[in-house]
Amino acid sequence: MYETTYHRPSSVAEATALFASGSEPKYLAGGHTLIPVMKQRLASPSDVIDLGRIKELVGIEVSADALTIKAATTYFDIMQSADVKKAIPAIGHLTSVLGDPQVRHRGTIGGSIANNDPAADYPAAVLALGATVKTDKRSIAADDFFKGLFTTALADGEIITQIVFPIPAKAAYAKMRHPASRFALTGVFVARTKAGDVRVAATGASQNGVMRIPAIEAALKANWSPGALDSVKISADGLLTDIHGSSAYRANLIKVMAQRAIAEAG
Amino acid sequence: MSTVKLTVNGKGVSADLEDRTLLVHLLRDHFNLTGTHVGCDTSQCGACVVHIDGRAVKSCTVLVGQANGVNVTTIEGISKGDELHPMQAAFRDNHGLQCGYCTPGMIMSAIDIVHRHSGQLDEDTVRHELEGNICRCTGYHNIVKSVLDAAGRMKVAQAAE
Repeated sequence: MYETTYHRPSSVAEATALFASGSEPKYLAGGHTLIPVMKQRLASPSDVIDLGRIKELVGIEVSADALTIKAATTYFDIMQSADVKKAIPAIGHLTSVLGDPQVRHRGTIGGSIANNDPAADYPAAVLALGATVKTDKRSIAADDFFKGLFTTALADGEIITQIVFPIPAKAAYAKMRHPASRFALTGVFVARTKAGDVRVAATGASQNGVMRIPAIEAALKANWSPGALDSVKISADGLLTDIHGSSAYRANLIKVMAQRAIAEAG
Repeated sequence: MSTVKLTVNGKGVSADLEDRTLLVHLLRDHFNLTGTHVGCDTSQCGACVVHIDGRAVKSCTVLVGQANGVNVTTIEGISKGDELHPMQAAFRDNHGLQCGYCTPGMIMSAIDIVHRHSGQLDEDTVRHELEGNICRCTGYHNIVKSVLDAAGRMKVAQAAE
């Protein structure tokens, strides 16, 4: 790892001020992506600004219509939360199949979304549930937030403060896990809003990161059942091909994972 | 360089370190607590697991700055003098190790598992929960047996306290 300077601000305002004064600063949350990348010398930030100890960024709140998870809340705390289990149990399930226990003790939802790894799990939930990403500057709709591999709408120095998930009528997540890394070979999050709209997002599948699947959404809007997808064809164009699976395999996985998720959502 | 102060196995300690230092290197190289191992250095194998404020974490993926002010427990800090922790005793009695390299991390993870499940464990749960620890001797069968055995012993030990 190259040399760096570590900072532990106690407020969002202090963090953004530190960012503005650094030459090549990076924010750190749980650190379970950034630190490995720094060890490989693929990242060499001049300053590492730790958001993990900022109290205003930690916590979970629930109202009649929305579940709000603050950005530096760890996966473990999300998984254990009674509010999450009651409001959107699919988010609790997604978290329980993410990484391993030690990673879940450190990783944060804000870090996952800001990094936007093409095989990360939370982006699928944020997109399918039509969540709103709130930052220190503005609110960003999920449809406008994810911009491709490791790319988001966040401006330089902007900090995610919380994610607001509308509580759906039904939702579930099904994932084919890579057996070693625990990342999604393909994961599909399905959601039906209280107004009857259907949103479906897939992670791990596309060359451009998380994406909605309009063909599956249309079929499920007409008929919310696994069988409704039997005749749906998913194109392999633009899907990932790597040593773990071809694009055609992933296209099939999108459909199969969507069917499993629907069965789970009931 | 920064001064880092933390509690390790119940003792307040401090060190002057480069900010890029990882917690595992602080423990091994500065405090000579070499029971915590570096297996993969990529957050996968779990040989470096310690407890930070009671939670199992991979100390190869924590900067010392993040550990400033925390309470760390390593494999050296769990026995009472010569009396092994019930998890250590169960690993010995069930032959829960072969080469022993993964063992400190396995034990620290296993104690965390028993605590999180309040001692209510079955084999499937233990196997699933051990997903962050790799034994390259592939001795998982006896490791799982050890954890299940220790869950019972830890309950008894807790009831006695």
